Amino acid sequence: MNSVGEGCTELKREYDQCFNRWFAEKFLKGDRSADPCSELFLKYHTCVQKAIKEKDIPVEGVEFMGPNREKADS
Amino acid sequence: MIMYCSVIIIVTRARTLTRARARTEGGNAADVGDVHAELRDYYRLCQWGSAGLVMMGKYFFSETDIKSTWDQVLAAFWQRYPNPYSTHVLTEDVLFREVTPDNLLLSRRLLTKTSRLPRWAERVFPGNLSRSVYIIEDSVVDLGNRSLTTLTWNVNHAKLMRVVERCVFAGEQDRPVWTRITREAWISSGVFGLSRPIQEFGLARFRSNQVKAMKGLEHALSNLQKASAVCPGDSAEKQKNLNSASKTQKPQQYI
Repeated sequence: MNSVGEGCTELKREYDQCFNRWFAEKFLKGDRSADPCSELFLKYHTCVQKAIKEKDIPVEGVEFMGPNREKADS
Repeated sequence: MIMYCSVIIIVTRARTLTRARARTEGGNAADVGDVHAELRDYYRLCQWGSAGLVMMGKYFFSETDIKSTWDQVLAAFWQRYPNPYSTHVLTEDVLFREVTPDNLLLSRRLLTKTSRLPRWAERVFPGNLSRSVYIIEDSVVDLGNRSLTTLTWNVNHAKLMRVVERCVFAGEQDRPVWTRITREAWISSGVFGLSRPIQEFGLARFRSNQVKAMKGLEHALSNLQKASAVCPGDSAEKQKNLNSASKTQKPQQYI
């Protein structure tokens, strides 16, 4: 799957592989050892943030689960 | 000036679809159980100063049981793109991820999807043709409760149409081989004079996307299950095959 930053797809792939392995083999099994993917994530994240700024994608300052509050009483 | 809104659900057109068995094609790994869906109109009444204004929307609810364990569904959830049913999804990125002190996994993903408007809308809103739709998907994995809750919404084209979708993927103690997927969506448009046809279009597209999303998830589940199938006999041989397979295709994830 491509990244929004054309040059970030390979970094994304490496991070995804690391995360998927950690998620299935550690997290889901209740193993609370630290996620080994932080360095890979940092490289990937830096690349993506640059692309987001260049493309002016409006994700800055969006609250986590923001719209959920409006839907609380629907 | 103060603006306050209260949400009123006026059931003018409630339709409860009777429970129907929906089977997936081609003997996929996951069988889909009973499907229950509802459709309602909802109205958000907003007061601005002394003037009132009504924004209308559509609320959609569905509940599906899928015959896969919660663990499998979750692993597949992260790996469902790309799949044959997701050609409208152009990019996928993880923007944020964190394990909280109480062991919840929080994630934010950014998706880019093609902006496919019906022809009549393309004529009215020509500027939207060139822009993709940017969508944020926030999620919380609660291992203790065996639930994944996701909230997905578009961060551009919002005045034209806004779709907020909340999904819960829940594993059940007494039925461990099944996972229940509850989907809710709120579809609204703020465009004066055109909100109803836009909502109808939005709802039709949401339904079609829902079907694709399920098929995409099942496709990912099927891939994961094939990759992790244990053949009795030579495990070294199996490892060699997996390694050579991953060189020729996109990298496979195997558990």
